Amino acid sequence: MEYILIIISAVFINNVVLAQFLGICPFLGVSNKVNTALGMAGAVTFVIVLATMVTYLIQTYILNKLGIAFMQTITFILVIAALVQMVEIILKKVSQPLYQALGIFLPLITTNCAVLGVAILVIKKNYNLLEGVVFGASTAIGFGLALVILAGIREQLELADIPEGMKGVSISLVIAGILAMAFMGFTGIVK
Amino acid sequence: MNQFQNLTKGFIKENPILVLVLGTCPTLATTSSSLNGMGMGIATTFVLIGSNVVISLLANVIPDKVRIPAFVVIIASFVTIVDLLMQAYVPGLYDKLGIFIPLIVVNCIVLGRAEAYACKNSVFSSFIDGLGMGLGFTMALGILGAFREIVGSGSIFGYKFIPGDGVLVFILAPGAFIALGYLIAIINRIKRT
Repeated sequence: MEYILIIISAVFINNVVLAQFLGICPFLGVSNKVNTALGMAGAVTFVIVLATMVTYLIQTYILNKLGIAFMQTITFILVIAALVQMVEIILKKVSQPLYQALGIFLPLITTNCAVLGVAILVIKKNYNLLEGVVFGASTAIGFGLALVILAGIREQLELADIPEGMKGVSISLVIAGILAMAFMGFTGIVK
Repeated sequence: MNQFQNLTKGFIKENPILVLVLGTCPTLATTSSSLNGMGMGIATTFVLIGSNVVISLLANVIPDKVRIPAFVVIIASFVTIVDLLMQAYVPGLYDKLGIFIPLIVVNCIVLGRAEAYACKNSVFSSFIDGLGMGLGFTMALGILGAFREIVGSGSIFGYKFIPGDGVLVFILAPGAFIALGYLIAIINRIKRT
């Protein structure tokens, strides 16, 4: 039951993009087409789950043990960067089709603040390892959901007549605002 | 380009948020009031100046192949300094900005300036560049924060001058997106004329 609450809360109520403002850059950057959005969502899910696990273990068994918790930011960002690089290399060797699908998105993920954000949030919220992984995965699903919805709307928008100055980022932000308003309707489902 | 132009280019012409659209996450998250927005801006400015100066000093020492990880470590060190300083001296603001202080490290503006400017230019120019970009960032956050605070709660810098409730949605998440969207549209319009 506890896990279901974490999932619903992370996907809908505290949606990572629309309510917590993490990962806005890829949200605006790769939401032109539904297909690329799906690819990005897949890659982000993969990295977030892995990164959450590794950073949690490092925080509990190395940083806390040695009493150097203040090194959190530096350690986490390096671990995430190394992890992304490693995933890229392994994918290239092991599964060519998956690499083709996710490959171009992987380098971008290092600077996706959702990954570092989730890693820090898991520590801040005092989750245990399993809760942390569930939280990470559902956050990533929430990210994918928002990304795919925005991509779907933007595909339709190609046909619409938009004022010159509002093309591109501007109109995407306004749409995201309306989406966020819709997601606010989920508030209060679970406490 | 003289140093004055170098300083002011970040204000409008190459404003990191409004023109380059970098670093949108902290922009949207911390501008629920003008004070929070500017606090975030100043913290980022400090990191920008520090990392720009150190990176331009070390640019010749760092091998080209590992420059990005090296830059990230330098930036992360400054972020940790800011994090600890803010925790000690402005705990109220620190609590409000929360997770977005450590997240300065993944702010595209900081790494972007390191890569595009600091590693190719002199220490002093990099300092000015960091200051200018940081002030441009702070300014954009301040404007967005002030707008949301005035419309959303009828006050400015915490001083209430319109009685009653404001348009509450502008303090909440959706208002952030919509306000920034229109702000960028306005800047686009200004740039064209």
